[in-house]
Amino acid sequence: MDQEELGKLEARCIQEQPPACVAACPVHVDARAMAAAIAEGDFASAAKIFKKSVPFPGIISRVCDQPCQAVCKRGEAGGAVAVRALEKACLAWAEGGMESGFLPPGKDKRVAVAGGGLSGLTAAFDLAKKGYSVEVFEKEARLGGSLFRFSREQLPEEVIAADLKALEKVGVTIRLSVRAGEDISLESMCSDFDAVYLAPGQQPAGGLGLGLDAAGRWVIDPFTLGTTNPKVFAGGSVRRPPGKRSPIESIADGRRAAVSIDRFLQKVSLTASRSGEGPYETRLFTNTEGIEPLPATPMSAGAAGYSKEEAVLEAKRCIRCQCLECVKVCEYLNSFKSYPKKYIRQIYNNLSIVMGHRHANKLINSCSLCGLCEEVCPEDLNMGLVCKKAREIMVDQGRMPPSPHDFPIRDMLFSNSEKCALARRQPGTSACRYLFFPGCQLSASAPDHVKKTYGFLCEELEGGVGLMLRCCGAPAEWSGRAELFSDTFSDIVAQWQEMDRPQIILACSTCYEVFKTHLPQASVISLWEVLDSSALPDVLGEGAVRGRALAVHDACSTRHEKHIQESVRNILRRLGFQIEELPLAGERTECCGYGGLMFFANRELARNVIGRRIRQSEADYVAYCAMCRDYLASGGKKTYHLLDLLFGSPPDGDAQRKGPGYTLRRENRARLKNALLEELWGEKPIGMEKYEKIRLRISDELRELLERRQILDSDIQQVIDFAEQSGTKLRSSRTNHFLAHWKPAAVTYWVEYAAAEGEFIVYNAYSHRMEVKEGAGP
Amino acid sequence: MKQKDATPAESEWLCSKCGLPLEIGKVDVGYLGSVFPVDLYRCSQCGQVFVPEDIAQGKMAEVEKLLEDK
Ligand code: SF4
Ligand code: SF4
Ligand code: SF4
Repeated sequence: MDQEELGKLEARCIQEQPPACVAACPVHVDARAMAAAIAEGDFASAAKIFKKSVPFPGIISRVCDQPCQAVCKRGEAGGAVAVRALEKACLAWAEGGMESGFLPPGKDKRVAVAGGGLSGLTAAFDLAKKGYSVEVFEKEARLGGSLFRFSREQLPEEVIAADLKALEKVGVTIRLSVRAGEDISLESMCSDFDAVYLAPGQQPAGGLGLGLDAAGRWVIDPFTLGTTNPKVFAGGSVRRPPGKRSPIESIADGRRAAVSIDRFLQKVSLTASRSGEGPYETRLFTNTEGIEPLPATPMSAGAAGYSKEEAVLEAKRCIRCQCLECVKVCEYLNSFKSYPKKYIRQIYNNLSIVMGHRHANKLINSCSLCGLCEEVCPEDLNMGLVCKKAREIMVDQGRMPPSPHDFPIRDMLFSNSEKCALARRQPGTSACRYLFFPGCQLSASAPDHVKKTYGFLCEELEGGVGLMLRCCGAPAEWSGRAELFSDTFSDIVAQWQEMDRPQIILACSTCYEVFKTHLPQASVISLWEVLDSSALPDVLGEGAVRGRALAVHDACSTRHEKHIQESVRNILRRLGFQIEELPLAGERTECCGYGGLMFFANRELARNVIGRRIRQSEADYVAYCAMCRDYLASGGKKTYHLLDLLFGSPPDGDAQRKGPGYTLRRENRARLKNALLEELWGEKPIGMEKYEKIRLRISDELRELLERRQILDSDIQQVIDFAEQSGTKLRSSRTNHFLAHWKPAAVTYWVEYAAAEGEFIVYNAYSHRMEVKEGAGP
Repeated sequence: MKQKDATPAESEWLCSKCGLPLEIGKVDVGYLGSVFPVDLYRCSQCGQVFVPEDIAQGKMAEVEKLLEDK
């Protein structure tokens, strides 16, 4: 995907397509906007919207044959919106509404219109407004043509007269009682005028010498309304089958003819970019599921039309058709207050900026890349793919801001360092049929579960189960660092090959996705599938009660892995739990806020995502990804990890446990490796760095602050180590505390501390990325 | 970063190495290729600089964000 493809994706989002009513209306009255204004009681604006699209509003609002009705989405929930009645009401109840008559300078071209019905008059009106001098020839003694077939009650003569006044205003010349073809020949019209529009209602006998089809009817190009004579255009009821008159289509024809004639007289293409004219089918999708049916508002005054109040009620039935399917389910899309078409444009611009502010960085980095949008989008647009690609481009351009992803990337590097990473065959056997890959987050959140699960697998499975502790590289991939990812992953591949290409058992669904995508030659299986097909350990976690319902939070990376989701449910059933399905589950599951590193790029959003998710059910939740569990629990929701229900709650608490902080997560991984090295392989543990032996005393309050500031104990230890070694520190004359700083890589850390009996009391710590030039000098 | 932000009335901090009180001085502060001279407390002898918490978490964080999006 390159930047050009972004443009194509932008076009896929159909949110800006017109609603069905507008597309079906031959002159595209914006019924949605009109109804919205009426619903607000703003009849004047509604009238303006209506009049913008129609030349004779009084007439149309009484006689339109409403092709919009057949397609109105409200039709699926109680009946189509009474659009014509609303048009009439907005004219009746609009106050003020002075027409502003602005005419362009006159042109020296003359147009003849034969036929004073709706179609001819519309063409005349439109052309005169463009500055042409127009003459209308009408065979009867009055204008209006077939309008007089309507009852006086439906269409009073005063309304016709009032609307037709508009023609005078734009300076149309009217010739009554002149029959085209008899009183004035087509030839003379053609020689006296520069163009002719024939809208006679019925084709005159003989066809005025124009080309005819097999049925003896004028040959009329439906797109331009051109006839076989390039100067002559024809349309209106003459184009319709007998008895199939449509006032609104007659008007649309008049309009189409006016556009053609204008182009013809300006000597420009008759056909270029005219696709939006006339009725068409919209691509807009509008979900009517869950919309409460409401019948049309009755008219208490009968033919006189809606009262103000009734009109407002009826206008409120309009569901304001739009798509926003993705925005409804995705808090991320919702939080930036627009929709993918706009977002992709912003992202496109962001990537193209050479100099100036990149407003969309946060937009690009906040998406969880979960792919739910694609599931609900009628056009299968995946904003996650767009954001991921954009991140890769930013990294490529050297324009990815460092702060959003620096911390999780360092965490990944730590997981893959000597301190935590491990790859061994099962103790006591050289065979390695399987490889258990628990993932860096399970090792960080619940190292105990890793130990127990590995023990269980070694007992259950024949043929040797190897173990690999490390991170799969997902954070690098999510952050757009393609190169870092492939470096990381190639280490894994090399070790896997060394271990004779065992089947990989994955406890984390993100790892599963990564392996499946990037190591397709390997056989991968989820831990849950393995457990589902074996006897289950069942040391129920604290507080869990068999027979109760648990709501399953599917990890977003299992969206397309139904077999994993099924295995999880089977295991729960076998353990004796009821399963409650959340409204968004299975292939429509939501991300917990960790995916795509959302939490690191946009903490507030991630908290809202968590909040929204945990409010979806009263039941306790069960997750099968360590991060999902910790994130949901961090919002205060009792959430079990599936392993809690198999091997018991981990030592740090039941389903309510918040999960360890960043420092402890790292320590857990390092300790897990050391413990396993010693216990299972009888190897020497990895030694500690000197600074790691520095003992810190940190209050709970400060701990929380450090967590928010993403400052690890090891950062603090390094600052103190440096300060105490070098003596480079400040001392407070007030408290005698020391304040020192140290910049191990990109970030400078400051620590306020005091020494106390073999340990250091930490009072505060903060950091910045800006580099401060130090050293003696002026 | 204006002088006002960087300099509370006077600093309680002394340079522990040199035993001297800190003095206001111009210090170059840079990020992503941009460099600004900023008034900060520093040791007039060894040049050790003091970046107060409110500057680090406040103004500096803002400028970092700004430069990252530039
Ligand atoms: S519900 Fe409203 S916007 Fe939708 S098609 Fe009907 S009138 Fe148009
Ligand atoms: S679901 Fe979203 S992306 Fe898809 S068409 Fe609708 S608004 Fe656009
Ligand atoms: S967070 Fe998920 S649903 Fe929302 S835009 Fe990103 S990929 Fe789509």
